[in-house]
Amino acid sequence: MNLAVAKTGKGRAVSDLFASAEGRLPGSPGVAAVRREAFETYERLGLPHRRIEEWKYTDLRALVGEVLPLAAAPDAAALKRAADAVKAHAIEGARKLVLVDGVFAADLSDVKALSSEVGLKTLREVLADKANPAAGDLLRTTSTDAMISLNAAMATDGVMVSVADRTQLSAPIQLIHIATAAGASAFTRSHLRIGKGARATVVETFVAAGKASGYQVNDALILWIGDDADVAHIRLMDDAPDAVNVSSHFVTVGAAVKLNFFNMTTGAAVSRLQGFITLAGEGSELSANGVNLLQKTEHGDTTLVVDHAVPNCVSRETFRAVIDDRAHSVFQGRIIVRPDAQKTDGKMMTRALLLSDEAEADNKPELEIFADDVSCGHGATAGALDDSLLFYLKARGLPEKQAQALLIQAFVGEAIEQIADDALREHVIGIAERWLERRS
Amino acid sequence: MALLEVKDLKVRVEEREILHGLTLTVNEGEVHAIMGPNGSGKSTLSHVIAGKPGYEVTDGQILFKGEDLLEMSPDERAAKGVFLAFQYPVEIPGVATMTFLRTALNAQRKARGESEYSTPDFLKKVREVSKSLNIPQDMLKRGVNVGFSGGEKKRNEVLQMALFEPSLCILDEMDSGLDIDALRIAADGVNALRSPKRAMVVITHYQRLLNYIVPDVVHVMSKGRVVKSGAKDLALELEASGYAQFEDA
Repeated sequence: MNLAVAKTGKGRAVSDLFASAEGRLPGSPGVAAVRREAFETYERLGLPHRRIEEWKYTDLRALVGEVLPLAAAPDAAALKRAADAVKAHAIEGARKLVLVDGVFAADLSDVKALSSEVGLKTLREVLADKANPAAGDLLRTTSTDAMISLNAAMATDGVMVSVADRTQLSAPIQLIHIATAAGASAFTRSHLRIGKGARATVVETFVAAGKASGYQVNDALILWIGDDADVAHIRLMDDAPDAVNVSSHFVTVGAAVKLNFFNMTTGAAVSRLQGFITLAGEGSELSANGVNLLQKTEHGDTTLVVDHAVPNCVSRETFRAVIDDRAHSVFQGRIIVRPDAQKTDGKMMTRALLLSDEAEADNKPELEIFADDVSCGHGATAGALDDSLLFYLKARGLPEKQAQALLIQAFVGEAIEQIADDALREHVIGIAERWLERRS
Repeated sequence: MALLEVKDLKVRVEEREILHGLTLTVNEGEVHAIMGPNGSGKSTLSHVIAGKPGYEVTDGQILFKGEDLLEMSPDERAAKGVFLAFQYPVEIPGVATMTFLRTALNAQRKARGESEYSTPDFLKKVREVSKSLNIPQDMLKRGVNVGFSGGEKKRNEVLQMALFEPSLCILDEMDSGLDIDALRIAADGVNALRSPKRAMVVITHYQRLLNYIVPDVVHVMSKGRVVKSGAKDLALELEASGYAQFEDA
C-alpha cells in the first residue's frame, strides 16, 4: 500500500526527470527511442526497494527517495575545480580520461597520449552519429534492472576505448569521474574493449571536486575482454560523504584470460556496485576482490554475479568490510555454474569487521550450480576486533586507536594483497591508511 | 630503589576474588621468582600489572617507580617500562613482525617524548638482537607469531624485551611448552638482559626454569597471597617437598 502511495506521489517528478532532460541527451532519433523505452522500464519499476530480491538490503526508496535532476554541463569554473580534483586523485603515470558532471572533459584528459595506443571516442559523439544505425545498442544491456534502465535513458556521455589485439598498454588508463555540482545527477556509460592477447590496466576513480555535495552518480561500464588478454581493473569510489553512487559493471571474459579486479568503497552516503561478470571462454582466471570502509551512517553495497558459462574457469572472490559507527555494509555474491561449465572452480570468502555495536553487515553468498563436476564454495564471517590481539598490541605500547588501525590494516590486507600490480596495491594501501587516520 | 611495589592488592574476576591482599616489593637489578600451584593467582598478578582488561582491583595499590600503575592504560605502562612476556603470545596474521616491532618501539618512544628510530638504526638493532637469539631474518618478515613454534614465540618475546629495554620484565610461565634446548636459548637471552637498572619477575610453576634464570628472591604464592619468601634455595626445597605444605596456609 505504501508502495502505491509512494509511486503516485513521486510519479510526476519521475516523468519530469526525463522530460526536462530529454532535449539535452545526445543521440539520433533511433537512440532517443531506445532511451524512451529504457525510461519506461524505469518508470514502471521505480527506485529499487526491499521487496525486489536483488535490492533487499539496499532499499533505495528508503535510503535515497528520489533521483535528482540531470546535472548541467560543467562551466569554466566547474572545470577549474575539476582540474584540481584531477591533480589530487590522478595515479602517477596513468593516462587520464576525465568525466565532469557526466560530460567528457577533453582538456583534462590525456587524449593525445592515449590516441597513439588505443581507439578513443566519446559516447556522446557515437550516439550523435546519425550514420550509425547501431548506436542505440550502446545503451542496451541484458539487464532489466531499474537503475541500469535509468542509466540507459539518461546517459549523457562516457568513453569508448578500444585496445587492439596484442597491444600491451604502456601505462594504466584512469577513468576519473568528478562531481562538481550539488543536488544534481550525473549519468555516464563507458565501453571498454580489450583485444585478444592485449594487456591493460584500467582504474576507475569517483570523487567530488572541492565541496561538491549531495549529488548522485549512476554509472555503467561495459567491459569486453578478448581471449588471452591480461587485465587489471581497479575501482576506487570515494564520493562525497552525502553523495549517492550506483555503478553497474558488465564484463564479458573470453578464453584464457587473466582478470584481476578490485573495488574500494570509502565514500558516499549510499553506494552500490553491481558487477555482472560472465566467463564466456574456457581456461580463464578471475580474481575479484574488494574492501568497503564505512563509517557514520554510510551504506555500501557490493553485489557481484559471476557467471561460469563455460567449463574450466577459476574464480576467486575475497571481500572485506570494516564498518564503524552506524554504517551498513552489504555483500552479495552469486556464483552461477551453467550446465556445461564442468570443472568450474569457484570460491568466495567475505568477512566483515564490526567496530561498533550499531554497525551492520549483511552477507549473502549464493551458489547456483547446474553442472555436476565442479568445486565451489563460499564462506562468510562477521565479528569484532579480537580483544586478545588488541591487548597484546597495547601491552607493547600501541595506543588503542593505533592498535585497532594495525589490526584493521591486516584485516583488509587480505583482500588488498590480491591486487597483482605493485604500484596500485601500494596506492590502495595508502587509501586505507588515510581512512584509518581520518578515523583516529 | 623500589621499582615495583604491590601493596595489599585485592583483585576480582567476575564475582570471584583471586588475589586476597598480595604484597610484593621488587628493587632495581633484582630477579624475583614467583612460584606456586595452578590457580594460586600468579598469572592474575602478571595480567593486572600489565593492565589486561577483565580484572577488578577492589583494594590495594601498585606503584611503579613511585607512580600509580593502576591509573595508566596498558600502552602507558609499556612506555613507562613495564613489559609482560606472555605465557601464550598471540598470533597476528597480516601484521609483519618487523612492522609490529618498529610500530611498537616508536609508539613507546613517542609516548616518552623521544625521537623515533631511523630505519637503518632500527634494522641494525633488530639484526643484532635477533642474531643473538638465533631468530632467522625470514621469521621477522612473517606475521607476528604466525606459524612460529612454541620456542620461536618465546624467543620473539625475548627479542621484544631486548628491543624495548623495559625496566621491569615479567615473564609469565616462560618455560611452558619449551624443550630444554629452546628453554636454554630463551633463558640465555633473558640473562643477557640482566642489569643493575632492570628488574625481572619470573613466574613459574616448576623449579626447572630457575636453573637457567637464577633468582635473587623466591616467593611462594598460594590462594592469592605470597605465603613465603626466601633466597634461591627455597625453589629447591619446593621441588623436593611440593606445594602441599602451603595449601592450608
